[in-house]
Amino acid sequence: MIENIHECAIEASNISKIYGSGNTEVKAMLNVSFTIAKGEVVGLLGPSGAGKSTLLTAIGLINPPTSGQIRIGKDLVMDGPLAMVDVRKFRRKHIGYVFQKANLIPFLTALENVQIALEINDVHHKDARIRAMELLKYLGVGDRKDNLPHMLSGGQQQRVAVARALANKPSLILADEPTAALDSFRGRQVMELFQKVAHEQGAGVLVVTHDHRSLDVFDRTFEMEDGTLMLKS
Amino acid sequence: MNLAIRDIRHSLPRFLLTAIGIGMLLMIVMGMSGIYRGLIEDALLLVDKIGADLWIVQHNTRGPFAEISRIPLKTEDRLCAVPGVKSARAFVSHTIQRERNGKPLRIVVQGLSWPEDKGEWIPITNGRCLSAGHFEMIADQSLGFNLGDQLPLGKNIYTIVGLTRGMVGQGGDGLAFFSLRDAIAIQFDTSGEAIRLERDARRSRAIQQDIGNTQPELLNRAASQNIPALAGPMVSAVIIRTEQGADIDKVAETISGWKDVSVHTADNQKSLLLKGSVDKARRQIGLFRALLVIISAIIMSLILYTLTLDKIHDIAMLKLIGARNSLILGLILQQAIILGGLGYILAFYLGKWIFPLFPRRVIVTGNDLVWLAVIVLAISVLSSLLGIWKAMSVQPNEVL
Ligand SMILES: Nc1ncnc2c1ncn2[C@@H]1O[C@H](COP(=O)(O)OP(=O)(O)OP(=O)(O)O)[C@@H](O)[C@H]1O
Ligand SMILES: [Mg+2]
Repeated sequence: MIENIHECAIEASNISKIYGSGNTEVKAMLNVSFTIAKGEVVGLLGPSGAGKSTLLTAIGLINPPTSGQIRIGKDLVMDGPLAMVDVRKFRRKHIGYVFQKANLIPFLTALENVQIALEINDVHHKDARIRAMELLKYLGVGDRKDNLPHMLSGGQQQRVAVARALANKPSLILADEPTAALDSFRGRQVMELFQKVAHEQGAGVLVVTHDHRSLDVFDRTFEMEDGTLMLKS
Repeated sequence: MNLAIRDIRHSLPRFLLTAIGIGMLLMIVMGMSGIYRGLIEDALLLVDKIGADLWIVQHNTRGPFAEISRIPLKTEDRLCAVPGVKSARAFVSHTIQRERNGKPLRIVVQGLSWPEDKGEWIPITNGRCLSAGHFEMIADQSLGFNLGDQLPLGKNIYTIVGLTRGMVGQGGDGLAFFSLRDAIAIQFDTSGEAIRLERDARRSRAIQQDIGNTQPELLNRAASQNIPALAGPMVSAVIIRTEQGADIDKVAETISGWKDVSVHTADNQKSLLLKGSVDKARRQIGLFRALLVIISAIIMSLILYTLTLDKIHDIAMLKLIGARNSLILGLILQQAIILGGLGYILAFYLGKWIFPLFPRRVIVTGNDLVWLAVIVLAISVLSSLLGIWKAMSVQPNEVL
């Protein structure tokens, strides 16, 4: 357990995202504010088109919001659509991503897919290899380390993707329907893994899911509808 | 971790096939510059090998290569008397086309002023130089003769006593060296019937003229062999070597005072050749070569662009997890350079194998190889720009 569980992993205040303009304007996210503490696992539910992915990519510094502010740790990182930091550097150092699809690099082996994330963050390749191997073992795919992604099952690929997301010990982990491609057992395993990482490493975790069976792993659950966010009791 | 090599390994057959394609393209670029170089070399070969200091040709002509030149053989003796001249030799050169085994045989006939010049200066690879004033010849290998072969030309049969390699005229046809008298005989080979007809024609011309009637003896003479012999043999040019330490310009100046001949230095002769007869062919090939370089660059751009497009999702993912632009730039540039390098090496070995089969010389010099390497490198870098631009403009959220 970490010392200060109430320190913020992320704080979003009044963030909105408007796609397009005029007739085609879509208000995908409206005045959303929330915080996620370090070590906290937060679930995000909501119907399709509610703006969940929009929220996730905004705070993941992939898709800037139209307005509002985002703080990660102590840093103000986004002020409206303006980046206050080098977002790419920030992403590699502080944020881990898992998506519905594993999105592994097809010409790299399982091990190399994790290793590259570490090397991008300037970890020496020998150390990167060791750490990548540990992560694969931790996720139960150590024996498939030399396989290319196409030789792995969907679940195995997803676990390699999770290993990649955890590689640089991010302070924020963002997962967009990470278990959609997994069976319920593996899905559950991944959710519990997030919980474990949050509690052991003190990372803040936000998981978008449609799977109501894993709600019990979340410390809190938000629900989104038509671009607005509310706390689910 | 080197992404470029891992990606190549992952799609090796496709990459190799692409490299072979580029290799063949580069081989053609290499071949074009080889043909260009060969053309120039062939054109200058004779002037270079003969090593004359001055060329004396018919007045106001730029012969004997760029245009026809005829001067009397006697000029040789006059030139020997000029101070500073070490030797003067007649030069006879003309191309003949005969048939041999059903195929056209083109020979550039060269006359050597026997006995002063037996062809010692000719780089003979097999056999010897001329040892008799008649009926011997030295031939280039490209003509397809063997030592001892006999070749009937005109009324005589010539025996091949020596062979050379790579001695060709500006048209790429092999050279054959004869004694001067033989060379002239081959050129002015007229049949008995033609001579008889000419004598009759001469006689009838004389009858129709006053002089023929007032001097009847002339009519008898017209039909004899003596009259044609009155005109001394003509040669294409006379080449001069100057004495050691003699001032070539001074010698040239003396001779250029003569009203019946013109003088060209060896360098002058070379530039006449390059600016004259071979110039258009040279420019044609030069332009073609430039076009090929541009086409190769375009094709390589497209290939590298598609290679990048295939990976665009992975590149977006790399950006998403925070990869620096340098990593992505390196991936594309390294692949471009590996592709170009592999193509270059393939081009080199393919060329080594194929170029000797060409009918004319393809000369790839070390200098040209270095230049081509620089060009390939430049093409590789330039042609990856399109792919790099695409990779740089992809947004990480395109992964989703
Ligand atoms: N690039 C875009 N341009 C225009 N509109 C967009 C864009 N991306 C998303 N939207 C719109 O924004 C709204 C929210 O989309 P978002 O992807 O965030 O929904 P979601 O909650 O993740 O849905 P799902 O559960 O289906 O993934 C939708 O109405 C969508 O059509
Ligand atoms: Mg979504």
